[in-house]
Amino acid sequence: MENVTNAIQTIPLNEYILLSAIIFSIGVIGVLIRRNAIVIFMSVELMLNAVNLLLTAFSVYHGDASGQVFVFFIMALAAAEVAIGLAIIVMIYRNTNSIDINVLNRLKW
Amino acid sequence: MDNYIWLIPVLPLAGFIINGIGRNTLSKGAVGFIGSLLVLISFGLSVATFLQINSTGQPINVELYDWFSVGSLHINFSFLVDQLSSLMLLIITGVGFLIHLYSAGYMHDDAGFGKFFAYLNLFVFFMLLLVLGSNYLVMFIGWEGVGLCSYLLIGFWYTNPSYADAAKKAFIMNRIGDLGFLIGIFLIFNTFGSIAYADVFGKAATMHPGDAPFVLITILLFVGAVGKSAQLPLFTWLPDAMAGPTPVSALIHAATMVTAGVYMIARSNILFTLAPDTMEVVAIVGLATAAFAALIALTQTDIKKVLAYSTVSQLGYMFLGLGVGAYTGAFFHVLTHAFFKALLFLGAGSVIHAVSGEQDMRKMGGLKGKLPITFFTMLAGTIAISGIPPFAGFFSKDEILAHAFMHSTTFYVVGVITAMFTSFYMFRMLYLTFYGKFRGTHEQEHHLHESPPSMTIPLIVLAILSIVGGFIGRPEILGGHHWLQHYLAPVFASSTPLLGEQELSKSTEMVLMAVSVGGALIALIYAYIKYVKNNQVPVEDTEERSLLTNLSYNKFYIDEIYDALIRKPLDALSGFFYKVIDKMGIDGLVNGLGKGAIESSKGLRLLQTGNVGFYIFMMVIGIIAILIYSLQMFII
Repeated sequence: MENVTNAIQTIPLNEYILLSAIIFSIGVIGVLIRRNAIVIFMSVELMLNAVNLLLTAFSVYHGDASGQVFVFFIMALAAAEVAIGLAIIVMIYRNTNSIDINVLNRLKW
Repeated sequence: MDNYIWLIPVLPLAGFIINGIGRNTLSKGAVGFIGSLLVLISFGLSVATFLQINSTGQPINVELYDWFSVGSLHINFSFLVDQLSSLMLLIITGVGFLIHLYSAGYMHDDAGFGKFFAYLNLFVFFMLLLVLGSNYLVMFIGWEGVGLCSYLLIGFWYTNPSYADAAKKAFIMNRIGDLGFLIGIFLIFNTFGSIAYADVFGKAATMHPGDAPFVLITILLFVGAVGKSAQLPLFTWLPDAMAGPTPVSALIHAATMVTAGVYMIARSNILFTLAPDTMEVVAIVGLATAAFAALIALTQTDIKKVLAYSTVSQLGYMFLGLGVGAYTGAFFHVLTHAFFKALLFLGAGSVIHAVSGEQDMRKMGGLKGKLPITFFTMLAGTIAISGIPPFAGFFSKDEILAHAFMHSTTFYVVGVITAMFTSFYMFRMLYLTFYGKFRGTHEQEHHLHESPPSMTIPLIVLAILSIVGGFIGRPEILGGHHWLQHYLAPVFASSTPLLGEQELSKSTEMVLMAVSVGGALIALIYAYIKYVKNNQVPVEDTEERSLLTNLSYNKFYIDEIYDALIRKPLDALSGFFYKVIDKMGIDGLVNGLGKGAIESSKGLRLLQTGNVGFYIFMMVIGIIAILIYSLQMFII
């Protein structure tokens, strides 16, 4: 355990923040520009994991384990979200024969 | 010894509860028996109380319980029985019992028999509360309660819309007066810090006459009395109140409730004595009412309307008496008036009963032989109200007129002329009803009959009281010693020195009596010549009348004037409020808000394109905006 901690601390915190920001931005852009529902879903996962990475890094640098505990909660949540989200996408596909979100343009008042 | 006084009002209340609950299940006999018996027991207790006070001369104070305390205001629910209220107790329970007895016969065929007795009992309860209370608040409860019972009983035959309207009219006009009374009570508390009679009168006696609060308080109390006792300008409800069953007219609208105003002023006599300006107002209003109502009564053809206006007129006399400081005289007139006016109303009821519900005197006549008991008792009542000695009305009216003479000759002259009118219209009523030939239909004539004993016995008792009742106040000049004045002296003790009575010389007093009696006799003879000798009958509604007769017959168009001056503008105002303020203002505001929401959402709706990508984009924009907002403090 000590080794892992030390190994993480060999890289400066700034690098982690930068990496997280890049991954997060990729996620955001993916969500915004892609039309495939599954890809959008993957982008959401990217954003979540960017945050997870950052949390872990801060947790190590602070010497406080609660940040890592939090990461586990987020993972469990993401798993549940994926289960529901994929089920919805399956239903959409069965109804419209497509997973292009622009086909779903009747979600309005 | 004091323990039974609370029973006096509670017994009629018990009657109300029993009759009210059992109105559909108890037999008519049982309802009448319970209702009358409980009032009779109350009368017995009232007599015992009266005898006690007469022998000891000490008022009895009964503290029942502490009602409530707010700040410095402490209200006890307590009764005060002194000379004044003991006499009122006798009138209410005594006359009340006779009228209950009479109702058992009069209302026998009515479907609402049980309800009627329940209401009557409730009325007696509230009236007793009114006179027994030892502070203004308890009096006010009774005051409102009798108003309620009056409303219920006027509208007793509520299926007839005009009767229901008469009930509403009485209730609303009384409300105007009650408001004055209520504000008067507030002012009394504000000025004296208490509303118990003992505290208020005790403190008032030490103050200077003519102080501003006295004038205001007494004027407001008088407004209350004007409403309840049907004085100008609020008298028009009383004639309409004749829509109720006749026993109600006798009990509530002649003998007891309408005299509540007189009782209230007599009770607060020290306050009024200390406000000479108010006294003047009271006297003038009373006198004007007496004369005005008498003028209207001259030409009325409905037997109950004649009696109603005569009641208003006699109440005017009482207020004249109060206004000129003749408290004893005014109360004396309450007493005798209760006897003879209840008698006259009950007699009129007996007549109406005999002619199958007809109230128009033009369709009566010649009833003397068919209804001998009713005729003789009503004759006694008529003589009494006309002020012919030695009947009861003479003594009380004469005492008021004598005091009016001491106060101002004008008052006396108007009073005597009114007394002549009184004598004329009362004998006119008697002649039209009982003399001449019967003018009704054949069927009615066939049906004519004397009333059953339960109705004639009260008539006979009241006739005897109307004949001898005046002797309790026989003035010294006629060989009496005016028992009533001595009896009531403690009640008016603090007012008497302030009034500074001057004595009339014996010869003047004799002349005054002779004038009023002579006037009454002349009017009597004139009525006799007109309606018996010449057999005149008032013309039908369709025929022409002379101007003055027409004015009087149509009650000087007072109702129409009120209609034009008060109801129409109020209607117009409420129409304006309805159309402009409510419809356009308030409804416009509410509808405008709704319309605005719809219109603006029509625009905002377009933002929802249905494009999921756009939604997500907006979400991201939103999150960034929140981020910037929450990072503001770091940026600055």
